[in-house]
Amino acid sequence: MTAKIQLVVEASPARNAPDEAPVHHGATSHLRRLEAESIHILRETAAEFRKPVLLYSIGKDSSVLLHLTMKAFHPGKPPFPLLHVDTTWKFREMIAFRDRRARELGLDLIVHTNHDGLNQGITPFTHGSARYTDVMKTQALRQALDLHGFDAAIGGARRDEEKSRAKERVFSHRSAAHRWDPKNQRPELWGLYNTMLAPGESMRVFPLSNWTELDVWDYILLENIPIVPLYLAAPRPVIERDGALIMVDDERMPLHSGEEPRRRSVRFRTLGCYPLSGATVSTAVTLPEIVREMMASRTSERQGRMIDRDSPASMERKKAEGYF
Amino acid sequence: MSYHEAPAIAAADAPRLGQDDRPTLRFVTCGSVDDGKSTLVGRLLYDSKTLLDDQLDALASESKAVGTTGGDLDFALLVDGLQAEREQGITIDVAYRFFATKLRRYVVADTPGHTQYTRNMATGASNAELAVVLVDARKGVITQTRRHSHILSLLGIRHVVLAVNKMDLVGFDGDRFAAITAEYLTLAGQLGISQVQCIPVVAPDGDNIAVASARMPWYTGPTVTAYLETVDVAGDISQRPFRLPVQWVNRPHAEFRGFCGRITSGTIAAGEAITVQPSGRRTQIARILTPGGERDRAAAGESVTLILSDEIDVSRGDVLTSGSAPLVSDQLAAHLVWFDDEAMVPGRRYALKCGTFSTGAVITTLEHNIAIDTMARESATTLDANQIGYVHLSLDRALVFEAYRDDREMGSFILVDPISHRTAAAGMIDLSLRRATNIHWQQLAVDKSMRARLKQQRPCVLWFTGLSGAGKSTIADLVDRRLAELGRHAALLDGDNLRHGINRDLGFSSADRMENVRRVAEIAALFVNAGIIALVALISPFRSERDMARHRVEAGEFIEIHVATPLAECERRDPKGLYRKARAGELPAFTGIDHPYETPQAPEITVDTSELTTEAACERIIRYLREHHYL
Repeated sequence: MTAKIQLVVEASPARNAPDEAPVHHGATSHLRRLEAESIHILRETAAEFRKPVLLYSIGKDSSVLLHLTMKAFHPGKPPFPLLHVDTTWKFREMIAFRDRRARELGLDLIVHTNHDGLNQGITPFTHGSARYTDVMKTQALRQALDLHGFDAAIGGARRDEEKSRAKERVFSHRSAAHRWDPKNQRPELWGLYNTMLAPGESMRVFPLSNWTELDVWDYILLENIPIVPLYLAAPRPVIERDGALIMVDDERMPLHSGEEPRRRSVRFRTLGCYPLSGATVSTAVTLPEIVREMMASRTSERQGRMIDRDSPASMERKKAEGYF
Repeated sequence: MSYHEAPAIAAADAPRLGQDDRPTLRFVTCGSVDDGKSTLVGRLLYDSKTLLDDQLDALASESKAVGTTGGDLDFALLVDGLQAEREQGITIDVAYRFFATKLRRYVVADTPGHTQYTRNMATGASNAELAVVLVDARKGVITQTRRHSHILSLLGIRHVVLAVNKMDLVGFDGDRFAAITAEYLTLAGQLGISQVQCIPVVAPDGDNIAVASARMPWYTGPTVTAYLETVDVAGDISQRPFRLPVQWVNRPHAEFRGFCGRITSGTIAAGEAITVQPSGRRTQIARILTPGGERDRAAAGESVTLILSDEIDVSRGDVLTSGSAPLVSDQLAAHLVWFDDEAMVPGRRYALKCGTFSTGAVITTLEHNIAIDTMARESATTLDANQIGYVHLSLDRALVFEAYRDDREMGSFILVDPISHRTAAAGMIDLSLRRATNIHWQQLAVDKSMRARLKQQRPCVLWFTGLSGAGKSTIADLVDRRLAELGRHAALLDGDNLRHGINRDLGFSSADRMENVRRVAEIAALFVNAGIIALVALISPFRSERDMARHRVEAGEFIEIHVATPLAECERRDPKGLYRKARAGELPAFTGIDHPYETPQAPEITVDTSELTTEAACERIIRYLREHHYL
């Protein structure tokens, strides 16, 4: 059953290829406006909450968020730690990248795993993506927030990702049971945020609310922000399953009969747990190339996400239960 | 027009890779239920080719399953993303969507039409430069059109596109369009909305959305897209005097002290003189740090960190200014859009947030409310949800502000209910009810740091909270004595004792309890200003009140001490016999019995006198003060 797998791990994080670095004629005012707004939100969170935390999921949005956080509190360190909810099914390159970034920036990194879920043997294969996501992501996140008593969790979600995300506030209130009530959200006027909480309640904060996927890539280019190399094309062992290309990242992946991992040049538009993240066939190996490829693409970035396919409005339901 | 022949306004034609300088227009759509707002927004997304294949596939299958268009593409489903919205076929909450055309990017706030969600419409409008107001050609201008337009005008929106929708259902009748246009222009004139463009459309089919409609040849004006691409909404906030509400004091080490915030208006350059409001202290800008590095100059909209030439006292909520002085007052007149289901009653207290400044506020007078249909001012005693009124407010502390008409950011505020924490109202400041010069703060020659040096201590508030009988006063008294023995200067404010003097007019209703805590917090803050360590022993059962007290002083000056003796132990001791009375029903609303106590979540110090002696508790506090360099 165990397939022979060759690992593709690059030694350094992805950077612009030097000969293809984009030419910037000064800062684009559009990105600078988004940057200023996000920094304002990050500082407001630090000022108004007792114990904030930055949810670091290692993806491109998290990388931008972390970069903005470093800027917001420069020359000081961010006044809150990073939290990564580790399902134990992340790509290995992501974990290596995570640890390296935290070390390089000298940040306090908290890693939390739902050990009850592990002990129950919950995996993306045995229990299906919906149950797995609930236990290893949603429940794990709630555990971590409760354990440390965080009252504000900062995340990288954007309104352009998905329809129920488009409805979410920048400062999004959660009950003491971590529930989101989409029908009873606090109005957000001007740049004024109502940050009051009763005991046990918390806030989810989304500084990238008004960014689009393209803005995120443009900003990564503009600021030369390190990202996980999985975003760039490379030969990787993949199998085709349910219409998606799944990378076989380690020997835990159960292969069905007839499934033989093939090395194909692929990259990822979004990153999560490797069994749930579909790859795209691509030869784009530099950032400018992937941005161009993405602009020509006729599918949305969440198209490769298995968990969005569970049912209509599944994201809304997951969010109501405390998913990010 | 069918699905396949969508006009090409390809976003991909624009220059890319970080060189894209297309400006962003933020607009809001409003109108009554079923006027077709969501459909219009969906159509704009569709026509701009923002939608991708998988999204279109999903739209096609959802339109068949739950659509209201008989199997054709139901564009409303693109934006009504909540389950309840799909079930009811209405928009409940604001959705922010993004799209781009050749010349511009857009952020559109798609807002609900239902009266009960007017607050969400106001929310969308507060961040917009332009509004698209939809009316149903069959119904014309209705109450909700008036209400929304009034809110738009209050919120300072001067540009409106009146989209007269469902023209197909009135036989593309040009006279009908002209009649609606005339009625709306009269309304806009009354409201001071100066720029109105009226466009007849059929949102689901795309008539006059991105392409001129062949079915209405009598209309020769621009399409919605063409108008949005070219309308000039610029109002240059950078020409106004410099204002920066201080958001965060960045102090990573002793050699660096930067003041962070977003410049709301004007520009600033290194070396320029500024004034800190409300203290009136003057200094210069030494350095300007921006997200892109150190610069000589920064302008409105930028989030910066400023380093000043002098070590002066500046904290969150202060405003750095230059040029003409802003208004400073604790008495204001303002327009309110009431949001909360609980009606506004003059006299109740709210938390007010304006910029980075928060304070307690009371609505002293409701001058009038506005009858939406006639725009007449009516006298009233309360404001219900979704009503608009003009009020006088009295604030606990003076606010630095501008009139809303001059500066949206410095002139807007929200009111938050201190108990439910709901956002109760949005406010737009009209004027100060007192001359600013009369209440300018006295600039004092001797400041807090000088007094602290004199006393050889870092002044702070030691706030003892806990149940009745927990041992707060006993421990505070011993700490007071120990500090005196150590040659330090403290003052003990005991809740019971204060009720014999400054607070003797207060009872035990919720409002009186809040006022009690507020006064004690103010007195403690005055002591801290005088360089003295203030000890406060007060049950203070609500976290929000303790937070309020914490915010009366600077960061690091408030030490919350939870005297966490369990209820059973307090009740066993019952030093004043109060628990016995409460259990007998003679003391209603007694904390711990039939009134809640909100346990501190992150007190600086916790002591439990069922485990510790008073002496040990006292020593723990003294040790904390030493370790944290207060002594």
